[in-house]
Amino acid sequence: MSGHSTFDPKNPALKWFEARLPILGLAHSSFVAYPTPKNLNYWWTFGAILSMMLGVQIITGIVLVMHYTPHVDMAFNSVEHIMRDVNYGWLIRYMHANGASMFFIAVYVHIFRGVYYGSYKDPREVLWILGVVIFLLMMATGFMGYVLPWGQMSLWGAIVITNLFSAIPFVGEAVTTWLWGGFAVDNPTLNRFFSLHYLLPFMIAGVVGLHVWALHVSGQNNPTGVEVKSSSDTVPFTPYATVKDAFGMVCFLIFFAWFLFYVPNYLGHADNYIPANPLSTPAHIVPEWYFLPFYAILRAIPDKLGGVIAMFAAIVVLFFLPWLDTSKVRSARYRPLYRQFFWVLLAVCLGLGYIGAMPPEGWYIVIGRLLTAYYFLHFLVILPLLGFIEKPLPLPASITEAVLAKNGAAKPAVGA
Amino acid sequence: MATPSVVEPTRRDFLYIATGAVAAVGGAAAVWPFIAQMNPDASTLALASTDVNIGAIAEGSAITIKWRGKPVFIRHRTPKEIEDAKAVPMADLIDQDARNPNLTGDNTQATDAHRAAEGKENWIIMIGTCTHLGCVPIGQSGNFGGWFCPCHGSHYDTAGRIRQGPAPENLHIPPYQFTNDTTIRIG
Ligand code: HEM
Ligand code: FES
Repeated sequence: MSGHSTFDPKNPALKWFEARLPILGLAHSSFVAYPTPKNLNYWWTFGAILSMMLGVQIITGIVLVMHYTPHVDMAFNSVEHIMRDVNYGWLIRYMHANGASMFFIAVYVHIFRGVYYGSYKDPREVLWILGVVIFLLMMATGFMGYVLPWGQMSLWGAIVITNLFSAIPFVGEAVTTWLWGGFAVDNPTLNRFFSLHYLLPFMIAGVVGLHVWALHVSGQNNPTGVEVKSSSDTVPFTPYATVKDAFGMVCFLIFFAWFLFYVPNYLGHADNYIPANPLSTPAHIVPEWYFLPFYAILRAIPDKLGGVIAMFAAIVVLFFLPWLDTSKVRSARYRPLYRQFFWVLLAVCLGLGYIGAMPPEGWYIVIGRLLTAYYFLHFLVILPLLGFIEKPLPLPASITEAVLAKNGAAKPAVGA
Repeated sequence: MATPSVVEPTRRDFLYIATGAVAAVGGAAAVWPFIAQMNPDASTLALASTDVNIGAIAEGSAITIKWRGKPVFIRHRTPKEIEDAKAVPMADLIDQDARNPNLTGDNTQATDAHRAAEGKENWIIMIGTCTHLGCVPIGQSGNFGGWFCPCHGSHYDTAGRIRQGPAPENLHIPPYQFTNDTTIRIG
């Protein structure tokens, strides 16, 4: 989106149109001529995968709304009606329910990719922050969507999460009553969640637009973390990135299809096939898997307000990541110490996810607290200090040099 | 022309500020209905009270009814439960407030007498919503023989007072009164 468009249509109708609305030129300069670093690996295909998944959720969601009824007395049965009576309803609902999980798998890969290769550093801070905003909107959307089928987990998840706001001093109770539109999670709550669940994906699409705009201003990072220096460091988006992204998307769709057709309920909870009952809580309530690490942090703190603050802080800290990391070197490839802490952080996050799924008793509590402490320690202490302590490996002078050192050196010189 | 000097405010500056202020008030007034519409509506507020017949609840058993969308526990306590609750020293309580809107005096300490129905200590009536994050605790379980919330492990005693776990407050007591010996009106 930056720089001059090289788009030059020959067709007179296109020329006429382009002079009035240069949208084809914009598409051309963003997705055809756009120079991408020549050394991008498959971790860079997840942006395209995420865009695809947003499209899948919007299309399947709009279709579901044609058959769904947002009322506490009818919502559960309308979802069963989708599953049993509507033509291909089972397929579309399973696509949507599993699609949400796939969307989160892709976003977690995408985020950890950025963390490994230092993609959040100068000049990509705004790009990174927009990404965290998208992540927050996704969490809100996923949470409200899960409430819509109005099963036991829908209701009790909604109760526990909205009650987080009751921890706010003084106004907590007024805030929760306002959110519910009543004195408990009930029909008004379901209706507003439905309205917002329809709205938020389109807001996500808007922020994705800003995210891509910011990306095309600063240019993509790459596995070396060394900025593009000359045109020999890049290849045009089409065909190179287009084909690589398409291949990544197809592989991801195979993974998605495996869940969809073989284990469509694996990522869900059996209790959500029991209609919501406000008088009885399921013995073991857990949120959707993609919230588990945050849920573990919430439970690690033995104080209501403290737990809520820690959980939100775990996300807020990501906004500050560009400034918490003091190292000038972007990519973990050239940061021998950071590289190890990266893997520890990843293991800690997975560990938190495991603890979040376990009942809050015995050793699980102790381990949950240790992992929570480490999570914050990583961002608030280890990262800022590492930049001063660590001695980075020598950086290649350019992307081209790095690529040749890896692949070119072994080849005999041409004509020798 | 462009000499830096302190310029006297003009009539125009005044008009700018006055117009801006009116626009800000108008904007806030226009936003308010959109915020207020999310608060409980008239039909929700109308469901204020419920009459319950408790004549059939035998000693040592309980019923759960729905009031304002929330569960309310009505338990006919055994003498042992009452003795256990009375034996707890104030200093052992996490929350020393009775959380009982029916109390009239200034003393709102969470004694057993302030938690049970006035003059009928064998009855305890509470909102069955864990004060942590709102799950429904399970009766006659947990470390104190009262209620246990399985969601994040809060233990309440036989007077519904929080004793262990993340919940900050005793189970709340709804406003209620006995309309006769076997009927209570909640709300
Ligand atoms: C960011 C994209 C989206 C995400 C992450 C998402 C997530 C979810 C989730 C997790 C569920 C619960 C599925 C279940 O267990 O049954 C759900 C249900 C639902 N969603 Fe979405 N959704 C998205 C976009 C949309 C859109 C754009 C619409 C409508 C235009 C929509 C309409 C619905 C409907 C009607 C249901 C209830 C039916 C059902 O439970 O299957 N969703 N959504
Ligand atoms: S909701 Fe009861 S312990 Fe959390």
